[in-house]
Order: sequence, then structure tokens, then C-alpha cells
Amino acid sequence: MSDNSSLRTPSQRIAWTATIVVSTLVFIFLIAPILAIMPLSFSSGSYLTYPLPGLSLRWYDDFITSPRWMHSLKNSMIIGVASTALSMVLGTLAALGLAQWKSRFKPLVLAFVLSPVVVPGVITAVGLYFFFAPIGLTGSYLGLILAHTALATPFVVITVGATLQSFDTNLSRAAASLGASPIYAFRRVILPLILPGLASGALFAFATSFDEVVIVLFMAGPEQRTLPREMFSGIRENISPTITAAAVILTTVSVILLATLEGLRRRNERLKGGG
Amino acid sequence: MTAASLTETEVPLKRQLRRAERARQVKALALVLPLLVFLLFTFAGPIAGMLWRAVDDREVRQVLPQTIAVLADWDGKDLPNEKAYAALASDIMAARGAGSIAIAAKRLNYALNGFRTILTSTARNLKAAPEPGTAKETLGKINPAWRERATWATIKDAGGPITGFYLLAALDLTRNADGAIVAAPKDQAIYREVFARTFLISLGVTALCLILGFPVAYLLATLPPVRSNLLMIFVLLPFWTSLLVRTCAWIVLLQSKGIVNDSLHWLGIIDEPLRLIYNRFGVCVAMTHVLLPFMILPLYSSMKAISPAYMRAAASLGAPPLTAFLRIYLPQTLPGIGAGSLLVFILALGYYITPALVGGAADQMISYFIALYTTETANWGLASALGAVLLLATVLLALVYGKLVQGQQVTGGMKN
Repeated sequence: MSDNSSLRTPSQRIAWTATIVVSTLVFIFLIAPILAIMPLSFSSGSYLTYPLPGLSLRWYDDFITSPRWMHSLKNSMIIGVASTALSMVLGTLAALGLAQWKSRFKPLVLAFVLSPVVVPGVITAVGLYFFFAPIGLTGSYLGLILAHTALATPFVVITVGATLQSFDTNLSRAAASLGASPIYAFRRVILPLILPGLASGALFAFATSFDEVVIVLFMAGPEQRTLPREMFSGIRENISPTITAAAVILTTVSVILLATLEGLRRRNERLKGGG
Repeated sequence: MTAASLTETEVPLKRQLRRAERARQVKALALVLPLLVFLLFTFAGPIAGMLWRAVDDREVRQVLPQTIAVLADWDGKDLPNEKAYAALASDIMAARGAGSIAIAAKRLNYALNGFRTILTSTARNLKAAPEPGTAKETLGKINPAWRERATWATIKDAGGPITGFYLLAALDLTRNADGAIVAAPKDQAIYREVFARTFLISLGVTALCLILGFPVAYLLATLPPVRSNLLMIFVLLPFWTSLLVRTCAWIVLLQSKGIVNDSLHWLGIIDEPLRLIYNRFGVCVAMTHVLLPFMILPLYSSMKAISPAYMRAAASLGAPPLTAFLRIYLPQTLPGIGAGSLLVFILALGYYITPALVGGAADQMISYFIALYTTETANWGLASALGAVLLLATVLLALVYGKLVQGQQVTGGMKN
């Protein structure tokens, strides 16, 4: 369907043109800031202004050779991977259970499971700070992993739950009727079908932990500082071009996650279309 | 199947099926249970603990136990009797030995400015336990504040074990010496303004997101999928980019020697750099940028569900385009507008990082004060009380949001 066919009157054409113009401006507003800081990270000067005095990789060199930045990158990876793994286990089990559970309390339980997304980060962080300090979980990797898992699991429950909703339960019945044990059926029938959903859930969980900074601000000791936490202090103190290099690295990770997610979505749609 | 057609042999089968179903339900619940237990420990427990701290008031009672016990019988009309003075002197002597005076002094100072000095100076100057019958005179000589009713009323009010003191303080209220709830002194009454500011900034950001997001969502919903999927990247990329990166980008853009000021200067529009960051403008711009995708996505999905046939029908019945838009299209987007606006507003209410980095002192929202009282001044009672108010507002709005989204699902199901 062509959108122009319905635009018969001049006023409609003006309205449509206005929509396009405003939308273009909004797209620029959304994308331009992210694009604008990227070239600065390749500057040879130490001021964050255009025009660039020259091109260099010195700020990336600075990032890679700085023990502080590299340690924070390592921390982000450790905490991100560990909390993703934990939230995948808890979230997938819960999604499987919720898909079968029929009760009038289900909306209540679901609301509880999803509530970490809605509750302001500061409130969760303050609560955890009070709760974890007496049992020695502040200033520890374990405390941060547990906290990030709580924040990330709702996304796993949502994505895996959505996949299960479109899953045809007759397939597992068919597997059972053909003599497959429940575990075999899960491994060979259910798992391949829900795998894209699981992968999306894992990406969401990892992104949640990788981007989280409020809880880290409250709970991390100097040893556990993550990349966003290091950026937070960097922005507070003074913005050096090294931060823009860190920003480019973070954005690259986001783009890879987004591209993977989009790929999974397309594959899923293709499978559905083919079926 | 009607009940009449059931034979007697089918009843056990029915019961068997019910039993199997019950076993399935138990198994399903068992799968959800690990997450529920986990969230109890890492989320619900901590938040309940924070709410408890908003009313918990045991510091003074632990440091001055005898005084609190004696004051329980005090009617508060006149100065307390000699027994209360003797109990206080004895408590202070004991607390000085245990080094716990500062704990009570800190709590009492929240309620009455200067109480810290009263208590510490008394502890310092009270050389020995006063002779029986002279406690009132001795304490009054050390610090005349002990001859004032308000001093004692403050101790009694802070006697715990639970208190409304912090929650009242979070709303700029306090109890006077007679126990009536009155407005807090001017220098302490800042939180209503902070809540109003938080509310106003969130409202402004929500309005900006709606104004900017509506045309974009409309464009994406109207264009053919091939093109709209491509344009969707412009919405999803910022959505997935780290909050810190986006905040950093705005600082780089808007600072006095930043790209925006440089460009405006180069174009000859301004001579002096404009102040675009570390103020309300910067906070609103950066927050709108961060929250805009949360508006566009629900709007887009609600517009996508509107059949173009409605607009064609309106046109064929002679409605001018504007009328058709206002009377036919816009009402159908209202659930999407509601969901998107509520979502943005809820998220904006609790914002901390962006205002902390791009706002000035006068632009800090409620989360900033919660963080400040938790980590800097360690006034955990007040931090928790402010948190409780913010949590209440968030939960109420989230309930409305849930009802709205649920309603949409119901009508969506009916349309199919």
C-alpha cells in the first residue's frame, strides 16, 4: 500500500510533509548526540571541540593501557555474564512455570516478578545497601551479581514468556506420544524452538547489567567499579577524551547486542512465516 | 457436555483428571518458586527493610533507656519531675562510658537543632552522678536547656520504638511540644518543593516526549514496513545505548565550548556562549532524549493496530481530514498515549543519574536527596521516608498503568 495514494487534498499533503519534517528533526535529535561524540574519541588533541586538530588513537591507547579502565571493563564483563547466567536459570524456570500455572493470584505474582523494572533504581539501591551491608555483601562481587540478577530477571521472564506463548504445546505432546522422555523432548523439541527467545532474554539481561550504575554507585567498593561507574566519576570530575573512547566502546557493545537481537527477531519471523 | 450425560464411570475419570491437573499446577508453582524466593531476598526484603527504617526509632531508647521509661508517665504539660532528671543523669553517665552519646545526639538533633550540643556538653560537664534530689538543679546549671519543656518533649517524642517523625519530615511536617502536627521550620521545610520539582520536571519531560514522539510514531506506523523497520533503528539505537554515554554526549554537545554553542557562535546567532547545561534546560533535554523511545514504542504499537479502513470510511462519509483525524484517529490512539505517558512519567519520577550529572543544585530531584541522605549524611530514617513517598507514588501510577495496559489487551482480544 502506498501512503501517498490516500493524500488527496493539499492540506493532507501539508500535514504529511510536516510529519516527515518533524520526524526527521526528532530522528536527528535522537541520533546526533551519539554520533557527535564518536569522532572526538579519535582526536589527537585533548579538548572535546570541533574541528579536530588531527586524528589519533591515543585515547584508545590510554583506555587500553589504563589499569583503572581495563579493570572496570573486566568487572562489567564478570558481573554482566554472571548475573545473565543466574537470571536465565531463574527467569526461564519461572516463565515455564507461569505458562502452565492457572490461578487467580497469577497477575499478582507476575506483577511482583516484574516490579524490579518499575521501582526507581535509587529505592532498590538504598534497600539493598541497608540489607546487604550487615551481611557483608556490599563491596563484593556476589552482592552486585545478586542485585543485577534481580533487575535483569524480569526481562528474561517477559521474553521467554512471550516465546512460550506462541509455542504449540501439541509438539511436546506429540514427542511424548512417540516415546520421548520429558528430558529428551525438552532437549530435542522444546529447546530448539524457544532458543531464540532464550537468546533475546539473555541479551536483555546482559544489557541491563552492563548499563546499570545506580546500584553499583551504592554497593561497589573500589575493587568492583564497573565501566559505567568509572564513566560516572569521569563525567563528574572532568570529561577527558578517554571517556569518549569508553563511550564508543560501550556503544559498539550496544550495537552488537541490538544487531544480534534484530537478527534473532528476523530469523523467528522467517521461521513463523515458513511454518 | 451436560451434567445429565455423565455416567457414574466417568466421575472417577473426572476426578483423576482433576488430580493430574492439580499435580501439574503444583509442578508449575515449583518452577516459579526459586525466583520468588530469590526476589524476596534481593528485592522485596530490602525494600521492606527500607520502609521499616522510615518508622524505626530505637536509637534514643537504646542510649537513654531509663529516661524514656520515666518519661512514659510524663503528661508533657509541665517540666518533668526530679525522677526524670535523675534517670537522664544516670543514662548519660552510662552512655558516656559506652561511648554511645553521639548516637542519641544525632537523632535528637534531627528533631531539635542544637540538641547535639546540649547533650554532648552535658555529658562533658557531668563529672559525677548528682546527689539524690539535686539532679534537676545540677543539669539545669550545666545547660539551661534542661529547664525547657521542649527539650524534654523532644526526648519523649524520639523515644520510639516506632515514629512518624521521618515520614512527617518528608512532607515538611513536624510535631510541636504539645504533640500536634504543624508545619516544619522554614530551614528544614524543603521536601515539598523537591517533590513539586520532581513532579514538574517529570511532567515537562512527559509532555516533550509526547509532542516529539507522536509524529514519529505516526510516521513509523503509516510507512510501509520495509521503510519503517529501517527508521526504527533511529529509535532503538539510542534505546540500547548506555545511559552514561548519552548523558556524556549531551554534556559534550551543550557545554559552553560545546558543539551547539560553537555552531551558534559561528553562525553569528550569539556572541556569548549560552548556558545550556548544569541547569533545568539541560536536565529536560537529556531526560527527554533518554525517555523518548519509551513514548514512541507504545504509541507506535497502538497506532499500528488502527485499521486504515476507519479513516477511509470517515473520508468517504464526507469528514474533512482534520475532523477525521481528531474524531476517528486520535481517540483510538488514546490508550497508547496514556500508556506511553504513564511509563515515561513513572520512569522520570525516579531519575537520578541524569539530573545528578547535567543538573545544577536547583534541579536535583527526589532521588538525589535519597542518595544524599543514605551515603553522605547517613540520615537513614529520612532517606527511607523520602523513599517511601516516592515508592508510594510509583506503585500507585504503576497500578493505573497496569489497568490501562490490561484493558488494551482485553479490547484487543475482542476485536480479533
